[in-house]
Amino acid sequence: MIINQETIKTLASQGKRLDGRGLHEYRQPITIETGISWTAEGSCRVQIGETVVLAGVKLAIEKPYPDTADEGGIMINAELTPLSSPEYEPGPPGIKAIELARVTDRGIREAKAIDLKKLCITPGEKAWFVIIDIITLNDAGNLFDAAGLAALAALKSARFPVVDPKTGVIDYKKKTDVSLPLAKEPIPITISKINGQFIVDPTAEEEKVAEARLTISSDAKNVLSALQKGGEGPLSTHDIDVMVDLAFEKAKLLREVLRKNIP
Amino acid sequence: MVYKARLDGRKDTDLRSMQAKVDVVPNAAGSAWFKIGNTWAIAAVYGPREVFPRFLANPRKGILRCHYTMMPFSGSGERIRPGTSRRAQEISMVMSDALAPVVDLSAFPNAVVDVFVELPQTDAGTRCAAISAAAMALAHAGIPMKDMVSSVAVGRVDDRLVADLDYREEHIGEFNPDSKGAPVADTPVAMLHASKQLTLLQMDGEISKESLLKLLEIAKDATEKIYQVQVKALKERYASLD
Repeated sequence: MIINQETIKTLASQGKRLDGRGLHEYRQPITIETGISWTAEGSCRVQIGETVVLAGVKLAIEKPYPDTADEGGIMINAELTPLSSPEYEPGPPGIKAIELARVTDRGIREAKAIDLKKLCITPGEKAWFVIIDIITLNDAGNLFDAAGLAALAALKSARFPVVDPKTGVIDYKKKTDVSLPLAKEPIPITISKINGQFIVDPTAEEEKVAEARLTISSDAKNVLSALQKGGEGPLSTHDIDVMVDLAFEKAKLLREVLRKNIP
Repeated sequence: MVYKARLDGRKDTDLRSMQAKVDVVPNAAGSAWFKIGNTWAIAAVYGPREVFPRFLANPRKGILRCHYTMMPFSGSGERIRPGTSRRAQEISMVMSDALAPVVDLSAFPNAVVDVFVELPQTDAGTRCAAISAAAMALAHAGIPMKDMVSSVAVGRVDDRLVADLDYREEHIGEFNPDSKGAPVADTPVAMLHASKQLTLLQMDGEISKESLLKLLEIAKDATEKIYQVQVKALKERYASLD
């Protein structure tokens, strides 16, 4: 492990990586499979290389928050399951899971990807709330990008359940053909800095070596909706200039995969 | 008046369609998933590895520890809050007891083998699917085992004794207006392939002793069908080595 870490650093300075990829090259395959859970209103399995995450959307009718009485809501939760890596333990979410959930949440929320006003049923009384759960199945690195892509794919594939017009009770066994009001497709891309070089789609091993990382969510018009710097290494404004351009380029790639799978 | 035919058209002893796959979590020592109807269990095995907290370690034999989790979106109704529940803890315990008899725990004193099961979608029979998947994952991990464990629920719905109840059969009063309304007897079992001994037996509902013994006969055939699917999937994993 330690030998690999030194090698990863040396290789990076030569523009190479341990698995033979170019510095700006994603792992393959990148796949999105929707409808993997019949009990969820929307669901998907996203794979990037050996990293696999599932995402499921549940919809519920609740009372809107008092300060946004004419809006529904969205919540994103992430579970780093002990099934997906020997490094994770059972129990309540740790800081890594909380950060993953919050960064994924911000990317979607701040872009106003979902028009929350359209989720309102009766102002001050009833509105739809969207809850996305991201569950890791195999953590081989770059959960930020996989989780962001999975959250978006699950949202795109979701359909509202049938609501009894008299009682207002949701029949979760029956789905309508109405999808969520999704206005944008913000996609998070994480750029890691290793030995002064920028790499995309880090493996779990590369993540351990990286001095710093920057997760950049951007939509199809290159508007940024969330940033998260991680790691102890500092970044210069020039670094950020280069990293954001790289994120735009890779977001385009992932957006194409998304659109190909869920038109 | 009664449950004339099964809601999904199966014969009494038919199981739902099954699929199984081995080696589905690359990070794990062994892994497998098992699908029966709309119930899907994914199992991964880690270890033998050090036990934490340390005082749990047993110098005479290893520990087999199961962890059962339904994903938050896998329930038939509202989202399930993540975090462990009393139900999940009990199922985890009976799973460990169902699998431990076939595992040679003396092979790894002081160590633990962790089995994690996650269910992305469910339609009854989750603990049975979890056990069937976990047994395959243990075999794939190369943990020494003296037999295979195969698990399925059997039960009584009105006056029919059936194998592999689905959600609608467990809640027959809601879905079959002609149903008598007597509580459904739901009996999850796990059986060892060679010895036909039971390592999981639970029941809720109402049943006579005679019917229970008949159910256990049905369970022998039903678990045999599960076993065939498990072995086929394990063999398929190594087909390229032949």
